[in-house]
Amino acid sequence: MTGSGMDYTPHTDADVTAMLAVLDVASVDALFDAQVPAELCVDKLDLPDGMAEAEVLAHMKRLAARNSTVDDGVCWLGGGAYDHYVPAVVGAVVGRPEFATAYTPYQPEMSQGNLQALFEFQTLASEVLGLPVANSSLYDGATAVVEAVTMCLHATGRSRVLVSGGVDPRVQAVLRTHAPGLGIDIVILPVGADGRTDVGMLASAPDGAAALVIQHPNVFGVVEDVPRLAESAHRAGAQLAVSFDLLLSGVLEPPGRLGADIVTADGLSAGNSLAFGGPGCGLLACRTEDVRRLPGRLVGRTLDADGRDAYVLTLQAREQHIRRERATSNICTNQALNALAVAVYLSWLGPQGLVELGETCLAGAAYAADRLAGAGAPPAFPRGPFGKEFAVRVDDPHALAAGLAQHGHLVGPVVAAPGGDVLLVAVTEQRTQAQMDDLAATVRAVREELSGQGPRNGGAAGAGRSRVAAASPGGPMGAAGVGVS
Amino acid sequence: MTGGVAPEPLLFESSRAGRRASTIPATGISRSGARDRLPAGLTSATAPQLPELSERDIVRHYTRLAHRNFSIDEGFYPLGSCTMKYNPKIAEVVAALPGFARLHPAQPPDQVQGLLELLCALEAGLCELAGMAAVTLQPAAGAAGELTGLTLIRAYHESRGEHRTRVLIPDAAHGTNPASVRLAGYEVVEVPSDASGRIDLEAIKEIVDGRVAALMLTNPNTLGLFERNITEIARLLHDCGAKLYYDGANLNAIVGRARPGDMGFDVVHLNVHKTFGTPHGGGGPGAGPVGVTPDLVRFLPGPRPAQLPDGMYGWRDEPDSIGRVHGWHGNIGILVRAYSYLISLGGAGLRHVSERAVLNANYLLARVADDYDLPYPAPVMHEFVVSARRHRRASGVRALDIAKSLIDRGFHPMTVYFPLIVDEAMMIEPTETESRETLDAFAAALRELAEEAATAPETLRQAPVTTPVRRPDEARAARHLVPRWYPPADAPAS
Repeated sequence: MTGSGMDYTPHTDADVTAMLAVLDVASVDALFDAQVPAELCVDKLDLPDGMAEAEVLAHMKRLAARNSTVDDGVCWLGGGAYDHYVPAVVGAVVGRPEFATAYTPYQPEMSQGNLQALFEFQTLASEVLGLPVANSSLYDGATAVVEAVTMCLHATGRSRVLVSGGVDPRVQAVLRTHAPGLGIDIVILPVGADGRTDVGMLASAPDGAAALVIQHPNVFGVVEDVPRLAESAHRAGAQLAVSFDLLLSGVLEPPGRLGADIVTADGLSAGNSLAFGGPGCGLLACRTEDVRRLPGRLVGRTLDADGRDAYVLTLQAREQHIRRERATSNICTNQALNALAVAVYLSWLGPQGLVELGETCLAGAAYAADRLAGAGAPPAFPRGPFGKEFAVRVDDPHALAAGLAQHGHLVGPVVAAPGGDVLLVAVTEQRTQAQMDDLAATVRAVREELSGQGPRNGGAAGAGRSRVAAASPGGPMGAAGVGVS
Repeated sequence: MTGGVAPEPLLFESSRAGRRASTIPATGISRSGARDRLPAGLTSATAPQLPELSERDIVRHYTRLAHRNFSIDEGFYPLGSCTMKYNPKIAEVVAALPGFARLHPAQPPDQVQGLLELLCALEAGLCELAGMAAVTLQPAAGAAGELTGLTLIRAYHESRGEHRTRVLIPDAAHGTNPASVRLAGYEVVEVPSDASGRIDLEAIKEIVDGRVAALMLTNPNTLGLFERNITEIARLLHDCGAKLYYDGANLNAIVGRARPGDMGFDVVHLNVHKTFGTPHGGGGPGAGPVGVTPDLVRFLPGPRPAQLPDGMYGWRDEPDSIGRVHGWHGNIGILVRAYSYLISLGGAGLRHVSERAVLNANYLLARVADDYDLPYPAPVMHEFVVSARRHRRASGVRALDIAKSLIDRGFHPMTVYFPLIVDEAMMIEPTETESRETLDAFAAALRELAEEAATAPETLRQAPVTTPVRRPDEARAARHLVPRWYPPADAPAS
C-alpha cells in the first residue's frame, strides 16, 4: 500500500509471493521488463499522493461547494437541458449495482434483466417519438442528430444536408465537426419572422438534399410545421430528421406520426441528473424499412432453446464489432444506464402524467411569457407558437441574464437569432406562479438598473434573491453572464 | 443473479387503466386549455401508450429484472479488452453531490468554479498519465474519442495542405477502429500481425507513405502483448509525416508505468470506464477523453475548461478547433467519478493497478495453460488469449460452449471469438481487483470444463442450465425482428 491512498487491489504480500512463485519470476518488475523496453518505463509520475476515502470525500465536497446549483436560485435555464423533477424511484432503480455495474449484455443468459429493460426502453422511445423502431441509446441528442444524418446519407446516396436555423447552435456545431469526415455539405435554412423554419426557403434550396434536419420545438421554443416540412422534404427526395422534445409528447404529436423519417431526442432531462449536461442519452427512432441503417445496439425478442421468450442484442451485423469499416456507426459503449433512467421516468409518469406534465409546462410558459412581456421583455417571435420555452428580445440579453442571476433567477442561454441575440426562458412543471411573478418583477428592476433609471441595488427583493444570498455567501452569482459555452 | 425462473412480464403487460405513480406539482396556473394556443395539426390526439403502473409495480418490476442480471458487484467478469474492474462506491457518492449533479450546463463560469477546477485537474492528471500536452474531456465514450482523434489528425494534415486518404490499423484491432476511420472519411488499410502476435513491422514499412494519415494501435494489443517495436513504428510513421494514434482500451496494463506519449504516440484516447474504474452501466455511459501532443492542441474541441490569468476558471476556444463533439461538455458525471478515482489512488496507486493487473493475468494464464492452447507465448501484459481449438478438434466443444458452461459455475465468461486472428479465441482479462482465490476458482472451473469436454461434451453443449433462459435463438431474432412490444391487437403481422 502506498501513501494513504486506496487502489482496490486485494493482494496480500503472501499472495504476491505465491503468485510470483507459480510464475517462476522474482518480481512483478520482471514481467514488465520482459516486455516493455526499459527506456519506455517511468519511475514516478508527477501526480499527488493518494488519499484516504474520507479525504477524497472532503476534497470533493470542497469542490462541490464552490458551485452554485440550480436549487440555489430559480432555474429557467433551457436550451436543451431542463429542470424537470426526477422522482426518487429513478435513483432507486438505476442505483442498483446489477444494472450500474454490468457490462454490455453480450451474454444474454446473464443479462436478461438489462436486455428486457432496454427492450422496454425501445418500446417507450418508439411511442414518444412516433416511429416503430428505436435503438437502445446513443450518446446525447446532438450526436443522435449526426447519426440520423448519416442514415439519410446512406438512404439517399446524396451528400447535401439542409439544416434549419432553428436547430440548436450546439447541435449544428457537432454536425459541422463531423461534416468533413462524412463528406457532407451543410446548407442552413433561416427561420422566418415567426421563428419557424421558412418552408419557402426550402423550395429555393439547392437540389439533391439527403436530409432536412429540424428541431421541434426549435431552439427558440417555437413549434415547427412538421407535416408541411415533411411533405416538402419528401417532394425533394430528402428525408426529414426531427430532433424532438420527448417530454412534450403528451401534448405535441410525436413527429414520427407527422411524416418524419427519423426522430431523435435528448434524454438528459427525462429522468437523468442535469450533471452539467451529461451523462444523459440520445434517442433515435426510424421506420421499419430503415432498420438496416440504424446505428447502435438494438434489442430484439426471440425464443430460447426451450421455447421461452428471451431478449438478445440483434441485427449485430450492422455494428462495428461485426461489420467493422462497413458498420452503420462506430458506437460501442452507449448510455444504457441513462436510457434505463428514461424508461423508469416514463413509466412513473404514465400517459396521464405525461399529458399533465406537458400541459403544466405549456400553461406556465404562456403565463411567464405574458408577464415578461409586461415587464419589458417581449417575445422575440410573437407570431410563433411555443412549447415550454420561449425567447425574449431585449436590448442586451447578456446583461439582463447576468443581472437576473445576481437576483437568483437563472435564465438563458442567450442564442443568436435573426435580428440579434435573444434570451431563452424555459418553464418546467417545477416553476410556480409566484416564481414567475417574481421573475417578471426582477426583469423590470434589472432593466431599470441597466438603463440607469432604477436604484443601483435593484428593486425586486424576490424569493430567488434571498435563496442565493443564503447559498453562496462568498459572492453574488452571475457576474459573467449566461452564455452557451 | 438469483436467476428467478418465472418470466417477468413487460411493464406494458402489467399496466392497468387508471393506475399511476406520478404526481405533478400545482404551480398555481390552470392547465386547462394549455394546448389550445398550439396549431391543431401539431397537438396530439392520443397520448403515447406508456404503461399505467403504481410506484410499487415499478420497483418490483425492476427489482426482479435486476435479479436476472449479472454484474461486477456479484462476481468475476473477465471480459477481455473490457477491463471489468471493481467500481469504488465513493465515486457514486461524490457524483451524486448536488454541487455536481444539480448543475445546468448553461450556468456561467462564476457559478461552477469548483467543477471547472476539477475538470482542469482531471485534464492535468490524464495528460501526465498519457504523456500528452493537453486533453479534451468532451468525447462520451472510447469510439467517440477515436472519431475525435481522427478528426483532429485530419484537421492537422489539412492545415498543412495535405490531403491524406488512408489510416492503417492492425488486423487484431477492435471493430470501433475501422468504423471510426470510415466515419472520419479515411480508407482503412489493414496491417497483418507477425508470428509473434504483434503488428508486422516489415508490412508497415511497405505500406507507409505520404497517403497515410495515421496508424491506430492498441498497446498492449488485443492479444495482451506489448508492441516492443513501438519506437521504431513511431519513427516510420513520423518520417512520412503521419500520426500515431493510441487506442486506450488497454491502458490498464501500463498505467503509471509507461506512457503512450513517451512511445511516440501523438493522439491518445482513454476509456475512463475501463482504466479509471467508473461503472459500465450495462453498456454505458462511459467517457473517452482524448490527449494530444503540442502540435495538435490548437485543433482540440471547444470550449475547453481553463484557468484564466486572473486565477479564475472559465472556458477557452482553440484557434483552429475542430468544433464540438458533444452537445454540452461531455459525460461530466462520469468524469467526476474518474477524478475521484484518480485522487484516491494517486501516482503510486495507479502504478499498483498495472502491476497487479499484469500479475493477475500472467498468474491466471499459468493456471490455464495446460488445458488450452496458447497461440502466442507468455509473458503477457494485462490480458491473454487462449484457444479452445484442441477441444473443438477432439470433441466438437467450442469456445462458446465453454463460455456458456462458465455461467453455470457463477462466472461471467471471457470474451470469445475475438480477436479474429485466433481460432476459437478465449480472451481473458482478470483486472487488478480480483483476488488470488477468485483466479484459482476460475482456473479450476476452466480445467474441469476442459476435462468435461472430453468426457461429457454434450453437457457443455447444453449449458447453461441454471439461467432464466438458455441459448436464445439469435438467428430468429434477426430474421423475425421484434424490436418493441405492441398490445396484442396492434401487433404487426410478422
